[in-house]
Amino acid sequence: MNPTAIVLGGFGINSEDETTWALNDAGCDARYVHVQDLIDDPKILDNTHILVFPGGFSYGDHTGSGKALSNVLLNNIGDPILKFIQRDTLTLGICNGFQVLVALGLVPALDEKYGERQAGLLKNKTNRFVCRYVHLRSVSQKCVWTQGIEKLYLPVAHGEGNFYLPDDQLDQLKKNDQIVFQYTDAHGRLAKGQFPTNPNGAVRDIAGVCDPSGRILGLMPHPERGMFSTNLPEFGRMKEEARRAGLSLPEATENRKIFQNAAKYFG
Amino acid sequence: MQAFRIEIENRVEDPRGDAFLQKIQSTGLPVSRIQTTDVYTVAREFPDEAKEKIGQALVNPVYESFSLDEPDLGRSFDWAVEIGFLPGVTDNVGRTVVETIEDLLKVKFDPHTEGVFSSVLLYISGAGVTQADAEKIGWSFANPMIQRVGVRSHEEFLSNGGMETVVPQVSLQTDHLTADEIDLEISDEALAALGKKGIQNPDGTSRGPLALSLLYLKTIRDYFRTEGRNPTDVELESIAQTWSEHCRHTIFANPIDAHDKGIFKTFIRKATEDIRKKKGKDDFCVSVFKDNSGGIIFDKDWVVTDKMETHNSPSALDPFGGAMTGIVGVNRDCLGYGRGARPVINRYGFCTGDPQKEISLFRRKDKKDPALQPREILDGVVAGVNEGGNQSGIPTPQGFTFFDDRYAGKPLVFAGTVGLIPRKLDGTDSSEKSAVPGDKIIVAGGRVGVDGIHGATFSSEGLDEGSPATAVQIGDPITQKKLSDAVVRELREGGFIHSVHDCGAGGISGTIGELGSEAGGFEVFLDRVPLKYPNLAPWQIWISESQERMTFSVPPKKVDEFVQILKKRGVEATIVGEFTDSGRGVIHFGDQKVFDLDLDFLATGWPREQLKSKKQTPISHPPKLLDISDFSTEILSLLSRPNVASNEWISQQYDHEVQGGSVIKPLQGPGRVNGAASVVRPVLDSQKALVLSQSLGARATELDAFRMASGAIDDCVGAAVAAGADVSHLAIMDNFCWCSSDEPERLGQLLETARACYDTATAYGTPFISGKDSMFNDFKGFDAEGHPVKISVPPTLLISALGVIPDAAHTQTIDFKFAGDKIFLIGETAPEFGGSEFAAAHELAQSAVPVVDPETSLARFQQIFASHQRDLFTAIQHVGIGGLASALAKACIGGQMGAHVDLSSASSDLRVALFSESKSRFLVSVAPDREEEFQTMFPDARLLGEVGGEDLVIAGVDPIAVSDLDKKYRGTFGKF
Repeated sequence: MNPTAIVLGGFGINSEDETTWALNDAGCDARYVHVQDLIDDPKILDNTHILVFPGGFSYGDHTGSGKALSNVLLNNIGDPILKFIQRDTLTLGICNGFQVLVALGLVPALDEKYGERQAGLLKNKTNRFVCRYVHLRSVSQKCVWTQGIEKLYLPVAHGEGNFYLPDDQLDQLKKNDQIVFQYTDAHGRLAKGQFPTNPNGAVRDIAGVCDPSGRILGLMPHPERGMFSTNLPEFGRMKEEARRAGLSLPEATENRKIFQNAAKYFG
Repeated sequence: MQAFRIEIENRVEDPRGDAFLQKIQSTGLPVSRIQTTDVYTVAREFPDEAKEKIGQALVNPVYESFSLDEPDLGRSFDWAVEIGFLPGVTDNVGRTVVETIEDLLKVKFDPHTEGVFSSVLLYISGAGVTQADAEKIGWSFANPMIQRVGVRSHEEFLSNGGMETVVPQVSLQTDHLTADEIDLEISDEALAALGKKGIQNPDGTSRGPLALSLLYLKTIRDYFRTEGRNPTDVELESIAQTWSEHCRHTIFANPIDAHDKGIFKTFIRKATEDIRKKKGKDDFCVSVFKDNSGGIIFDKDWVVTDKMETHNSPSALDPFGGAMTGIVGVNRDCLGYGRGARPVINRYGFCTGDPQKEISLFRRKDKKDPALQPREILDGVVAGVNEGGNQSGIPTPQGFTFFDDRYAGKPLVFAGTVGLIPRKLDGTDSSEKSAVPGDKIIVAGGRVGVDGIHGATFSSEGLDEGSPATAVQIGDPITQKKLSDAVVRELREGGFIHSVHDCGAGGISGTIGELGSEAGGFEVFLDRVPLKYPNLAPWQIWISESQERMTFSVPPKKVDEFVQILKKRGVEATIVGEFTDSGRGVIHFGDQKVFDLDLDFLATGWPREQLKSKKQTPISHPPKLLDISDFSTEILSLLSRPNVASNEWISQQYDHEVQGGSVIKPLQGPGRVNGAASVVRPVLDSQKALVLSQSLGARATELDAFRMASGAIDDCVGAAVAAGADVSHLAIMDNFCWCSSDEPERLGQLLETARACYDTATAYGTPFISGKDSMFNDFKGFDAEGHPVKISVPPTLLISALGVIPDAAHTQTIDFKFAGDKIFLIGETAPEFGGSEFAAAHELAQSAVPVVDPETSLARFQQIFASHQRDLFTAIQHVGIGGLASALAKACIGGQMGAHVDLSSASSDLRVALFSESKSRFLVSVAPDREEEFQTMFPDARLLGEVGGEDLVIAGVDPIAVSDLDKKYRGTFGKF
């Protein structure tokens, strides 16, 4: 049986459809659930394997991205969510979803302190929303979502993606193998904070982190927006290179692996 | 009202403060530091521990701290400047804080007397900064139309214990909440004054323009004579809205010269009718001109819709709010198509004065009431579409800017939305809709305030000192997103919606009027409409343009469920009345009947006026070109011109990847150059794709309006075809932004433009599916010396294209990709410079505008589409503004590689080859092994040279390093 996934929507979340598509394509039974419907019936989580907080602008990012939605969730279904993540389940937050996970205290949850706000996603150092493709290297061994992934090429689109964690905790994060993605240039070299390779100024070029178990992943870039080779900015060149080499270009990109890993985990 | 202030500070970093500092330092003020904090003024009583809880909910303790009514008196700074909203201005952040508190403490705010108001506090350090400087700094981040600036010196801050607590609540007078009778049995002179200045309040002030001419007022008076009474103010204001140029498009509808049916029916709609007839079973139009958007077939399951709006007048006064309501408003035109289309692509276009220049204009004499500078307008409209588009989760890949100082008085702000809707909903054609007598009238979305009152009548006139500030509105994309999600996911199926219209100009007076016409009558109870604050007069409620509202016609048995669903999704929905078959519109306010009109009169009773145009004599002189001694400098300076240079700063801040279907993006190639078309797959399960492009005709209108318009259509279709479009499945839209449309010369230009629209569209078989016109883009005011000036926009035509292609993979970008590829030019180059960038750069004498030969162009478009299906091109670009010089440079910058070309096969005169803007030309590159195949397809194409190297080498021109091209191309807006 395929694992069940729910993708939250409503209140300004906006990437639920393509995220649901990506999960279904990977072999999950994914469906959209409005946040209010989950609040009204948190038992939905009991039969769920995978919980996804997609990208968007929940509450317009007002008062700081992710904060208002995480407050609503904490006020109403904080316990059911904590119970859910303590089971052998998977949770993913993309972009605004990552901001919500951080505000909920589900990542990084150092010392297993789930529910404690420990990190932040601050305003981009440029003070401006940025939409462009970035290169990532995948560095975590333990993260369930990124098994077999070495690097990804996918878009970011955010105004507050500047990952922040106090210095001493950064070392702990690294030691715990909880840094999942870092921004690099096209050749795989770390961005070292340089815009636009690192699009937001995130400390140590961090683009994604996981919890201590490796089952909860939050990342700023959007794998669900780069699932087809036609999505890639270089598509026009790639198809001609393939022709000259007598090859055909695959329809799917590496970015789908994130979702496939989730399905595989329960397979 | 008790109120307390929560101040929130980011302890770790403050990029907003850094950005503010950078901007202020660039003006030369001696500021050394700006720290910013956020302030929420909560106007509601809470016990202390509740306040503490609220503070905690609003910060992330890892990097933020809050204080409650306890400013940091130990902080070092010289001036504190607070920027907050004026009363009644939409405060989205404040609203979210209200929702957060309500959910946290399970309380309810009274929307009329309580609330939360957001502001930003700037702590400014700088030894020589004076009070005047501090105020200037505040105003450089604020707009007096919507914001307030409070300034305190460090000393005042200490002695007052911080900043003033300001609660910007609206309080309206309560003494006049009835409808007034307006006496129309008055002299012609008094009637004319009533039309121009509007209804007088008891205190002698005017309510704002009705924009009704004497003829209109006499028609209205005659009607009320048959009713045996005078109108109420609600009726008169409502008729003024409905009959406004903005809503009724009277100039396009009135007979002009010998064209009894008017310009729209004779040329624009006729083009579509004739094309549809000719296409027969291949006709792809579904719903054109009659709904909020136009719709065409996408595939067997889906229809795509399109609409392009303008929001010029509001953007002149408040560019941020004007552009934001523009984009969020046109999203509702998409939702209002049929029984609800989902927005899938946004597009934009901004025309302002040159943002590198200071242009001083004033609305009043003696340097009072200055118009905003081009840079301020541009920054504002860019930010408005950023906030509106990004927050709505709709990709914005397609757009343009165009700068000309004649847009300095009134900018043009275009906003468009493409939608997607199943061809069938509940088993019937999704475009079909009609309100039914007995249906309930439901208004859903935001609440009503005085914002936006007289927007429609205001847009129908030029801007001058009487322009009303209440016309300014700010959008609320999140409220609208909630409404949009509910309509698309839960309400458009299941028999909930018989009909729906978007509340745009004229507010519910417009939508209930339209829906009432469908049903045959309506009865409304105005006091049921939810208000932002108390004491609005009935006429204000009826015509307010408060944002984020739609009006639905819902069958009675579905009403409760409909309202319930919206409530659950956080959207207020109110039953305000019922549709009837009485033939009349009736409105009650309390016990008073304030409106009782024959709907036929309201919809069609406006008087037709015969328009007379003066025929334009096109300029036919050949160009007088100047001698160019240094072509490489000429090419570099062309690239840095604002209308050619990179727009990356805009493209990159608009999310163009959301929804996952992006194919050809706004920035192309590793060198990220702006393209003229984009490609998107709106349905992830289908390889089919949409191609979008736009083209603006403006500079050539006064030289030869016919050629301007045929050129704009040719450029638009050509740009789409270059990216991969199929001209046989391509629709277009028209936006006319004219000026002084009461002058025969302007009408003559308008007529020639419309004639070209018919001729060119029918030749290409590309139907118009929707359009919009804005006829009075004139600014009347004073220059810096106090002399009266009138600045009119150049008569402007925007053409936008939406095409469907079978496979997103058969598309191509403009950047050169492989050294050794052959470079060809398809199409003929003639010495055509009228309205060109080269002519503008050198202020050349007027000369003939480039001509379009539609038959040749069409064959070329078809051949290019066929070639795309074989992936024949490795790069392709439609040659547009700046001619071949610009096209070659952009292909090189985009690919970050050079080229060797000889242009003598295009023209023996290098000036013509490089800078002419002859139409229907394409610059392409082709793999060496496919050269023969290419030449069979395009036997007339000119071989120009080959891709490669690090320089653009043009025979007869000094080689130019691609890195130098790049620098020039990006330099102009590099710091924007």
